[in-house]
Amino acid sequence: MSMLNVGRPTRPDAAAPTAHQSLSGGRGLLQDEPLLFELGGWEKTGVDLPEPEFDAADLGDLVRAEPIGLAGLSEPEAVRHYVRLSQKNHAIDLALYPLGSCTMKHNPRLNERMARLPGFADLHPLQPTSTTQGALALMDRLAHWLKTLTGMPAVALSPKAGAHGELCGLLCIKAAHEAAGQGHRRRVLVPTSAHGTNPATAAFVGYSVTEIAQTADGRVDLADLEAKLGDDVAAIMVTNPNTCGLFERDVIEIARITHARGAYFYCDGANFNAIVGRVRPGDLGVDAMHINLHKTFSTPHGGGGPGAGPVVLSEALAAFAPAPWVVSGPDGLQLVEEAVDDAAQAFGRMSAFHGQMGMFVRAYAYMRSHGADGLRQVAEDAVLNANYIKARLSQEMTPAFPDGPCMHEALFDDTWLEGTGVTTLDFAKAMIDEGFHPMTMYFPLVVHGAMLIEPTETESKAELDRFCEALLQLAKAAKAGDADRFKGAPYLAPMRRLDETQAARKPKLTWKPESGTAQAAE
Amino acid sequence: MRYLPLTPSDRAEMLGVIGAPTVDALFADVPAAARKADLFDLPLHAGELEVERELTALSALNRPAGAGPFFCGAGAYKHHVPATVDHIIQRSEFLTSYTPYQPEIAQGTLQVLFEFQTQVAALTGLDVANASMYDGSTATAEAVMMAQRVTRREKAILSGGLHPHYAATTQTIAHAEGMEIVRLQAQVDAEAAVIEAIDGDTACVVVQTPNVFGVVTDVSRIAEAAHAKGALLIVVTTEAVSYGLLKSPGAMGADIAVAEGQSIGNGLNFGGPYVGLFAAREKLVRQMPGRLCGETVDAEGRRGYVLTLSTREQHIRREKATSNICTNSGLCALAFTIHLSLLGETGLKQLAALNHSRARELKQALAGVAGLEVLTPRFFNEIAVRVPGSATALVEACLADGVVAGVPYARLDPHAGLDDVLLLAATETTTSEDIAALVGALNAKIAR
Repeated sequence: MSMLNVGRPTRPDAAAPTAHQSLSGGRGLLQDEPLLFELGGWEKTGVDLPEPEFDAADLGDLVRAEPIGLAGLSEPEAVRHYVRLSQKNHAIDLALYPLGSCTMKHNPRLNERMARLPGFADLHPLQPTSTTQGALALMDRLAHWLKTLTGMPAVALSPKAGAHGELCGLLCIKAAHEAAGQGHRRRVLVPTSAHGTNPATAAFVGYSVTEIAQTADGRVDLADLEAKLGDDVAAIMVTNPNTCGLFERDVIEIARITHARGAYFYCDGANFNAIVGRVRPGDLGVDAMHINLHKTFSTPHGGGGPGAGPVVLSEALAAFAPAPWVVSGPDGLQLVEEAVDDAAQAFGRMSAFHGQMGMFVRAYAYMRSHGADGLRQVAEDAVLNANYIKARLSQEMTPAFPDGPCMHEALFDDTWLEGTGVTTLDFAKAMIDEGFHPMTMYFPLVVHGAMLIEPTETESKAELDRFCEALLQLAKAAKAGDADRFKGAPYLAPMRRLDETQAARKPKLTWKPESGTAQAAE
Repeated sequence: MRYLPLTPSDRAEMLGVIGAPTVDALFADVPAAARKADLFDLPLHAGELEVERELTALSALNRPAGAGPFFCGAGAYKHHVPATVDHIIQRSEFLTSYTPYQPEIAQGTLQVLFEFQTQVAALTGLDVANASMYDGSTATAEAVMMAQRVTRREKAILSGGLHPHYAATTQTIAHAEGMEIVRLQAQVDAEAAVIEAIDGDTACVVVQTPNVFGVVTDVSRIAEAAHAKGALLIVVTTEAVSYGLLKSPGAMGADIAVAEGQSIGNGLNFGGPYVGLFAAREKLVRQMPGRLCGETVDAEGRRGYVLTLSTREQHIRREKATSNICTNSGLCALAFTIHLSLLGETGLKQLAALNHSRARELKQALAGVAGLEVLTPRFFNEIAVRVPGSATALVEACLADGVVAGVPYARLDPHAGLDDVLLLAATETTTSEDIAALVGALNAKIAR
């Protein structure tokens, strides 16, 4: 039924004022949403459960006497609460999300459907392996694809995220050195541009960290590396393509001198997206590399995880890989879950069970969808898109490394903002008002006021153009002295700029009932 | 290819803007020897239907937990997850966002994390909780390393009732950092032996309740003994639903509580992704690993949330960080928080009571099976039994009757000499018919 138009105005009133304050403080459909604990109550619930047949008298004083302090919601209230909250988030599904080094690409929904098949989602990790042959076959196929794409002979699937994969790789290296009587090697070389997880992981396994200098063109300084490669060095950790978005041209030489000094080459594979299907890390002399399935292979980032960080390993390190792994035997596929017998050199276990199966299914569905040809195109389009952004934005902004192409991300510094009074942070916040998530800011640390833009291959040219035009307009506005546009930004987001200093000075990390008005725990 | 929007003419036009003759020219920095001209030896791209066909065929080779009587627990539990949970976590704004680095456009995720932290602190009876770890096992290893930082001591004592995978994970990770890990003998009532092992060099003791054999323990005495020697007590829980019935770790004197949160909101998923819970006393907050979400205000004075105390973290502190963790378990934490908000105080208590009730029915039924000995004196929803002969062989035999009878302890730890111990869990999903089928299968296989 169409709406009756007789007597009803069908055009906005031209005389209506433009600025407006609501009476309730709300902003149209975008409401301030209270906390669960302010909305719900201790007696309210959104589930209907049967009455138990036994009480818990047998547990005596082991039973909790005091209230827990939870709040409940009925189902409609819960749906509304979390849907309202969701609307305060930016997401890849809404617009380009150019967080450099995070690879925010499209997440195919087929992968979600596949991961929810009961044969994968409703499978217990410890049920007999005769009842999980399909799951083990999927792990085996995923391992085959990862090994083929990287040109490496072995893979440990169990690490749960990139940093966990780094830890796995360094533990393999440590075990290999100890087995070879080289346990005195306890130093790791890390470029100044490295992601913070690299030095943190090295320290985690008890290694000390020495930084390697960077050349003026954004690569590892070979002379400095060679000078620091003493016989106490266990490994180098180099990201390639590196965090400046550049391929390490001397990578084969880096590997050669590292091996010549008895150290291993750990490659941070966070940026594998740029070379997948075109370059095999195994051909570059890499000994261990983690692959973020949530980056290159499109498993959703989920507001900060879960990720998955399988580690591919060279022949020299393969024997030290942690349990578990899949083997083929007379009774089908089996899991080796203990570091014994043939597997005695395995360094231990990274976590309970067998890794992020839900992510394995999604990543495998993504690989199968792309195939060998599509994955190669992924790398090409990712690099093409980044270079296109670099070329267009260089009209107004200063690329950190103007000479030569970049790989999958374009890095700018803040030279072009000099004298405008606008900082990288201000510029990023103003991007929010234009409808885009800001790029990675102030990283890598080696570039002043860094802005690292990674578009990924799943952006159309139209979206790239929309993005470039918005940034060019903003850049012109900054140079024209329109500092207010930036200093107060964002103006049009669900929230204005937040006070991080206050949050850290007196941390308030949980909701507590105000005295006398305890709602959840009364 | 359906996920790639660029057309050949787009690519040509873009190369023109860049000023590069070909896409190959953009890869000029890659050494020629490493540039692969040919496609890799893998299948070519496939349509949605083809991929769905292959994966559906693989999944059909597996026997889902819900396909019949099923009694596996031992760190992962089959629970019913309300439909609402999976619906909301698939909303684009939650599923396809990342770590809330820009709080102005990530308040949805941040407020959920604040609610999650509040729920975890309440469940564990402690003051503060972080925004999640990968899972319970890695959270345990992180807790042990945190105890080292707090006490500046190097020794950790792991109870013999700790899940063997958790012990192995802790041994692997904490040992690599230079700690001495003392793992006590695996036994059903393992907690008494812990007190004797504590000495003046002990940084922490790690005790699980309910433990891997299902035993529920009041750890207050262990807390007193640990504190008397200047050590911390870390309490581990692998079944988060038990918080709805049992005394909280905080109330029993724990300094740090860690748990596997899978049971609330998350499916079995063959072992992952899961969500690690991590809570501690307030005075220890600056030594905690992982992300923390805190309350603040925006420029207009409105309440909002940000990631805070990040000077503990790797992206600021690099090699001096409290942990190397970066990505955590955001979406699994969201599922946990939604499910727990649906349960509420009342629902969680009901659910926990129901689980305990189903396990009591299971225990009574097992006590009637000739040849079985129930080993667990006090339990929540999981019990250990001694079977005649190999538990592994018995489980395999029961499969013929369509029953997955539980987890042989030897699957977790083949060296403990407990080949005849079987672990069985019952939850709200377990029916009386399931239990009858189990008893029938056990009677038939044991008698034979």
